[in-house]
Amino acid sequence: MLRFLRLALAALAVLALPAATLAKEREVSIGLQAAITSMDPHYHNLSPNNSMMLHMFEPLIKRDANQKLVPGLATSWKAVDDLTWEFKLRKNVRFHDGSPFTADDVVFTLKRVPNVPNSPSSFATFTKPIVDVKVVDPHTIVFKTATAHVLLPSDLASVMIVSKLHGEKASTEDYNSGKAAIGTGPYKFAEYVPNQRVVLKANYGYWGGEEPWDKVTFKILTNAAARVAALLSGDVQMIETVPTADIGKLSSDKRFSLVDKVSNRVIYVHLNQRSDTAAPFITGKDGKPLAKNPLKDPRVRKALSIAINRDAIADRVMEKRAVPAGQLLPDFFFGTSKKLKPAKYDPEGAKKLLAEAGYPSGFAMTIHGTNNRYINDDKVAQAIAQFYSRIGIDAKVETMPASVYFTRATKGDFSYMQLGWGTESGEQGSSLRSLLATYDAAKGMGVTNRARYSNPELDALITQAMSTIDDKKREGLIQKAAEIAMADTALIPIHYEVSTWATARGFAYQARTDQYTLATGLKPAK
Amino acid sequence: MLAYAIRRFGQSLFVLVLMSFIVFVGVYAIGNPVELLVNPQADEVERARATAALGLDKPFLEQYWVFLKGAASGDLGRSFVYNVPALDLILDKLPATIELAFVAMVIAIALGIPLGLVAGLKPDSAIGRGIMAGSILGFSLPTFWVGLVLIMVFSVQLGWLPSNGRGDTLAVAGIPVSFLTADGLAHIAMPAVNLALFKLSLLIRLTRAGTREAVLQDYVKFARAKGLPQSRVIGVHVLKNILIPIVTVIGLELGSVIAFAIVTESIFAWPGTGKLLIDSINQLDRPVIVAYLLVIVTLFIVINFVVDVLYSMLDPRVRLGGAAASH
Repeated sequence: MLRFLRLALAALAVLALPAATLAKEREVSIGLQAAITSMDPHYHNLSPNNSMMLHMFEPLIKRDANQKLVPGLATSWKAVDDLTWEFKLRKNVRFHDGSPFTADDVVFTLKRVPNVPNSPSSFATFTKPIVDVKVVDPHTIVFKTATAHVLLPSDLASVMIVSKLHGEKASTEDYNSGKAAIGTGPYKFAEYVPNQRVVLKANYGYWGGEEPWDKVTFKILTNAAARVAALLSGDVQMIETVPTADIGKLSSDKRFSLVDKVSNRVIYVHLNQRSDTAAPFITGKDGKPLAKNPLKDPRVRKALSIAINRDAIADRVMEKRAVPAGQLLPDFFFGTSKKLKPAKYDPEGAKKLLAEAGYPSGFAMTIHGTNNRYINDDKVAQAIAQFYSRIGIDAKVETMPASVYFTRATKGDFSYMQLGWGTESGEQGSSLRSLLATYDAAKGMGVTNRARYSNPELDALITQAMSTIDDKKREGLIQKAAEIAMADTALIPIHYEVSTWATARGFAYQARTDQYTLATGLKPAK
Repeated sequence: MLAYAIRRFGQSLFVLVLMSFIVFVGVYAIGNPVELLVNPQADEVERARATAALGLDKPFLEQYWVFLKGAASGDLGRSFVYNVPALDLILDKLPATIELAFVAMVIAIALGIPLGLVAGLKPDSAIGRGIMAGSILGFSLPTFWVGLVLIMVFSVQLGWLPSNGRGDTLAVAGIPVSFLTADGLAHIAMPAVNLALFKLSLLIRLTRAGTREAVLQDYVKFARAKGLPQSRVIGVHVLKNILIPIVTVIGLELGSVIAFAIVTESIFAWPGTGKLLIDSINQLDRPVIVAYLLVIVTLFIVINFVVDVLYSMLDPRVRLGGAAASH
């Protein structure tokens, strides 16, 4: 009997061994490229933060890997009329401390969002259109807006719901320390060290089912070479934003796998049209000022667009980590038009257009861009300048750090501005409104229209689309607006960036268009 | 001594105020932080709110005045990005940077002075020549490249050392240090060696030059003639006399190692102040930039003071603050 017991114990010990190693395997480390500036979900509207918050907190509506809206803490939602939205909330959801989630938490969240002290970029943009909230029952809530607000579901997908119980007296510090960082999400707060790491633990009672990891450590590795080294040495199991130079090496290494996806970020050029007569940094080839601003002429704008060989830039400068663009979003997004293809490379046609516009021998121009903000941004600007020299335009390139560049671009210091735009809402209407509607600060139109492009026909379509609740009709209006804008070369789309993640073997990541790096998308490979 | 300390303090305060003003003007001239902080989709109302929340709506001189008033009571402002007091953010990261700098300096001194002595005493031997060749490498290889090679060899190929971060820490007098734990040592080894390499080469060359000069001096010849053992001749007569320039350089370099460990910190993701400074400059996080530079300038001032005191201990002819000082 005793011998049998011993044997049984030994067998148990042997069985327990793999279990112990398995437990270790339920931990994973991920290398991120940018710092998380706060654990307060309403403090700083910044992509790396928003991505991190999605582990601990949840919005009413979530976005899937293609940024399509899917149920989150709300199971369904509908517009009752143009000014009223009804949301049904998910039942039996509990916060990390076990307290139940109800409509009161939503009401509290909406109250807290505009009142976070010292917020450098507030989420109030998303909650402002809601003028009144009615709690029908603990799981039904009604939002009233002053004017028809079609983007309400999309806006609410950016607002994390916090617990009223823990949030009522909480400051941003309380979230950073973890005291108030209590949400409903699949992971719980464990540790936050600014500019260094974030550690999360699994929330085993999660309503959406258990995650494959007990513990996730996010390490902030801003230096690209350090990020790759950490993956190679096994310190982390996944990294985001693989530098283009290392993609070749990693893809031929069997120990790692790469996954990529076209993103919601378009690299584009704004052409300064603030003045009819003067355009900064544009002169005749002799250095004398031109009589008119050439960028006001749609023929010149079109010439500048078709003179760029987008395929060459995507293939060589971006090493295939870009997809040539014909509008503001890849054409599987809401409101994009299948008719809009990237402009065909046609230097002869561009020369002809320039001659028709009265510049048969071209002009001189400076291309301004960033050198530390987008993937290979300075190299792209150099390539564009090369293409322009072929159509008789003397193009100089001047790039600078983002900290200097954006202030000057917003002031209108430049004529040819290379920029990037990520569409967080996942639909083209809001991008058209921000980038190309006539600038009107009071109405929130054209807030990032640094070119001051203005087209009344386009404005009318955007305004109409933004008050059309019916999805089908609205999509048609946005498509038409995009077609009009692109026919007029309101701006020059260059390409959509492709984001790349690398994982160690045995892991699989669900790549996303919003460039978020989520532990919930990382699974053991089958 | 006391009068000297007070005069030094007054000068230092002036330097600090002047420096903070220059940084203020500099950041103001670079650009508007709100452009970088606020979400591009935000409207004018939101921009105005953020500008006011960060105190950037006030005229420039008023902003500086607000800063000075706060600084007088020890408040250097809150980080625009992190919304925590800028000084806390830096003091939180400073132990890691100082630790890295000290370990690097210890490596540089412990290896540099003996190697330099050997190279100086036996300049024509194979060992002497080998040391000098090595020091040329240490000088000319870029820190960035050496760091990556270290990672490639010791983390990726051999798997002996972790490639990034700081290890487990122990609190010593309330300050967390990592060089007392095995995990901490494994983490600090590569960045410290990487950072030490340049200083090591510098110290080798400096010690060698001083030694070669000193061994030809009469007092060394005399000491030898007196029949003193070699160890005493070198340890006392040579070493003590060549230490003054070496101490000066060590002092200067310690400051610069703390202030400019940025490259090493970013390659090894060492959670120090250098990395924080670079991020803050990119984000135009003015309170953090100003606070960082104030802390670093203060460090330089303290180190210089200590170096001056050390002089007077090494060389009795040097008197602090006296008009008759002869250095």
